[in-house]
Formats: sequence, structure tokens, C-alpha cells
Amino acid sequence: MSLDIFLQHFFNALTLGSLYALIAIGYTMVYGILRLINFAHGDILMVGAYFVFFGTFAFGWPWGVSALLAVAGASVLGIVVEKAAYRPLRDAPRISALISAIAVSFFIESLAVVVFTGQPRPVLQPEWLVSEWQLGGVRILPLTAFVPAMTMALVVILLYIVYHTKPGLAMRAISKDIETTRLLGVKVDNIIALTFGIGSALAAASGIMWALRYPQVHPYMGIMPGLKAFIAAVFGGIGSIQGAVIGGVTLGFVEIMTVAFMPDLSGYRDAFAFVLLVLVLLFKPTGLLGESMEEKI
Amino acid sequence: MLEIRNLHVRYGGIQAVQGVSLRIARGSIVTLIGANGAGKSSIIRSIAGLNKTVEGDILLTRREGDAPVSLMGLKPEEMVRRGISLSPEGRRILPHLSVEENLLLGAYSRSDSAGIARDMAWVYELFPRLKERSWQKGGTLSGGEQQMLAVGRALMSQPDLLMLDEPSLGLAPLLVREIFAIIRRINAEGKTVLLVEQNAFAALSVANYAYILEVGRVVLEGSGRELLANPKVKEAYLGG
Repeated sequence: MSLDIFLQHFFNALTLGSLYALIAIGYTMVYGILRLINFAHGDILMVGAYFVFFGTFAFGWPWGVSALLAVAGASVLGIVVEKAAYRPLRDAPRISALISAIAVSFFIESLAVVVFTGQPRPVLQPEWLVSEWQLGGVRILPLTAFVPAMTMALVVILLYIVYHTKPGLAMRAISKDIETTRLLGVKVDNIIALTFGIGSALAAASGIMWALRYPQVHPYMGIMPGLKAFIAAVFGGIGSIQGAVIGGVTLGFVEIMTVAFMPDLSGYRDAFAFVLLVLVLLFKPTGLLGESMEEKI
Repeated sequence: MLEIRNLHVRYGGIQAVQGVSLRIARGSIVTLIGANGAGKSSIIRSIAGLNKTVEGDILLTRREGDAPVSLMGLKPEEMVRRGISLSPEGRRILPHLSVEENLLLGAYSRSDSAGIARDMAWVYELFPRLKERSWQKGGTLSGGEQQMLAVGRALMSQPDLLMLDEPSLGLAPLLVREIFAIIRRINAEGKTVLLVEQNAFAALSVANYAYILEVGRVVLEGSGRELLANPKVKEAYLGG
């Protein structure tokens, strides 16, 4: 394999891994706080991508403006989902919230089919992201550098919020002991809403960049990335943001590199993630950075 | 400053508190004494807003001369904003956060950074060991240090009424004395204290007024000194 080709694979893997990582962060943050797998998370990604499609094609806004508004819109949608479907079940058994999450996922997908139709739609790709760079004989798509760079910037901002701000302190406290955190005066509902808002914004960012890479949107586009990112979050240790990033990038590399080095296996590409999930659950159920989750009494 | 009228608390089918009335005078130390299951914690948790199935009334008079305001139905985070703070049973330190972060979380309801810094210095002065360990994770502290952190954290919201649920539980006798000395000092600096204790002797010794509870009812009340001298109390709670 020539260096040129290898580097292309490398950047592809980094891009795919970054996209998984951004989605995985949302799963892991919500799970860390509520012990809930938010199955609707992948669908938020889809809605974010659709918002950009409408922004650019229907309203003719520039891509950047559409993307920013789409992220904001998806963030609001995430908060609405939490308020409508999870908050009323906060004191119910955990399985009820889980079922509610599955219902929300189907609801958003079906609604998207009704409103947007099931027809895949093409997505506008800004010229500067898809015109190849020539770097001394190596050809790189700017997109494959833009996505990891954007991801890194978003993760840095997120870590700053979580570790250096007051709401971040409250998030970290809630993840261990929601009742005590409430006793200390934290308006827990607001912090949970904020968590959903941030997670959904990151999912939308991922969905928007996903739609650049595979330039179309359709109502079910969120399902597979959502599942894979969930696996990435479990692999990294669900509940840990750093784990989600590591898990996402690892999964991206596993998928791209296996196919790159063993092209015969390319038909099994989607299976790798699930094999990885089985292995993690068998040998290290808490994932790379996860803590053992003792049941809270 | 706080008055409880005919409080009933239910957990499922169990009546944990059956018509308790009590008063907490401003500036005093009031203690609730009783065996396990007598309803002490249920009362204190109701005042903190943690119990949902509560009947009766809880009335707060924040400033002398104000009309009493009912606290029924308020959430814990709203109680903190009304000057009521609870250091819960079992300390409930957040083990993955540093001592400093635990204290800052206690001040979450406030936004006056100068005041927070002043109170942080005050808590460190009350508990010098916390200052030495301010960067350590809460989970690495000893039991006594965790109790100090729990009390300090409850003070960080600048409460008028500080409620302590079993602060001496599981501590060595020397530490128990230290904790009670601190409770006296906090009270002397102007905080009203409501203390739930199984260590009846220590609690009655610091309390201005005490209520003795049995199976969800007040069976005896009086000043700390009176109850210490009461033969019934001596027999049942002070080991004869």
C-alpha cells in the first residue's frame, strides 16, 4: 500500500471515528446522568442534517449559517424530547423510560417520512470542503481534515464546560448522586435539559458532517451511525466522555483499516462494530474507561 | 422560626410520622431523639423537601416579624433558597469531586462570589483539616473528615436553619466530641440548628430544646437539661 493511499485511509478513518465520537458523547452524557440509553439520539442527528438541507436548498442560506441554525434547532428538539418523553417518567422504573426512548425514536423517524418523504435528498457540499488538496504527491480531501479538527474543537469546548463551569460541576455531581445534588440547591431538571441540549447539538454537528461525507439525507440515516456510536460509547466505557471519544475513533479505525487491508471483508464492514460490542461485553463490560456501576440504593 | 403542625409522612403503606408538631426557635439548637424508625429522619427530610407524601404544615418565618410562609410542596432546591440546608444521613459526599468542588456545590444557589469566598474561608477555619485536603477527592477522606465536609458543604448555602442528620454516626468518640463542639460554635455564630441524633447524651447536652420520638409520635419534650435529668429518658436512651 502506497503512502498516498494509506494516508487517505488514515484520514478517512479519523473522519469516520470523529463522527462516531461526537454521537457517542451524547449517549454517554445522558447515560451518565440518567442511566438512560437515549435511543432517539441517532434520529436527532438525522433531523439536524435535514435542517441543513432545508436551510441551503429551501431558503438558500449559506452552508455555514444553515449548519449553525440546524445545530441550535436539534438542540432544542433534544430538550423537548427530554421534557415530553423522559421527565414524566423520572421516578418510574428505568425500563419505562427505555421503552419511551424507543417510541420517541420510531416517532421521529415516522414523522420524518411523513414530513420530508422517504426519498433521499442530495446535500449541498461547500466547494472548499470537497476540492482535493495536493500535498507533495499526497491527495487529501479537505473534508477529512475539517471533520476531525471540528470534532477536536467541540470536544475541547465540551470538556471546558464539564470541568470548569458551574453547570459542568452540577452535571458531574448529578451523575453520582442526584438526590444530594438537589439538596445542595442545584435545579436538577435544568441541568438535565442542558445535558440533552449539548448532546443533541453534538449529534446534529455529527449528522451535518455525515451528510457532507455521504452527501444525502434520508429519514433513516441516523439509525446505523446511532447504533455504531452507541457501541463506541460502550467500548470506551459508558458514562465517560473521554471514553466516548476514544471508542468512536477506535471504531472508525477498525472499520476503515480492516477493509483497507483486507478488501475481501468489505461486505462485513458493519459486522465489525457488533463483534467489537460482543467482545467488550464478554471481557470488559465496563469498557475502557468506565467505572464499575454499582446499583445505587 | 420554623413550626411544624400535625405532620404525617407515609412511605407506601407505612405511617412513618403520625401527627408531629414542633417548634424551632431562632438561634436555638433543637434536637430530635429516638430509636431507629421513630420518624426523626422522615421529619427532617420532609423539611428539606425530599418527601412527597406529606400532610400537615411546615411554616417558615424567615425574618422576625414576617408572616409565616408554608413550605409544603416545595422541592429541595427551593428549600435551599429559603435558607434551609440539610447535611444528610450517611454524609453523601460526592466521592469523585474534590473537597473544594464539594463545597462549591454547596454554594450552588448563590452567585455572590465574594460572599462564597468568605464562607469558604470560614468553613476552612472551622475545619482546618479540610483546607489541607482541599484538592483531594471526597472519596479519599476518612469518615470524620467526610462528616466535616458534609457539614461544611451544608453551611456553604448560607442557611438560616442548618439541619444535621446523624452527624456522629460511625465516628470515634474523640471525633464525636469535636463535631459537637463545632455544632455549638456554628450555633454561636448565629445559625439555628436542628439535630437528629441517636447519641442522645451528646445531643441533649448541646440542645436548648429536645423532642423525643417513638414510632412516629412525640412522646416527650423539654429543654435538653430537663430531659437529661428525666428518669424515663435516662432509662430508655442514656443507658440507665
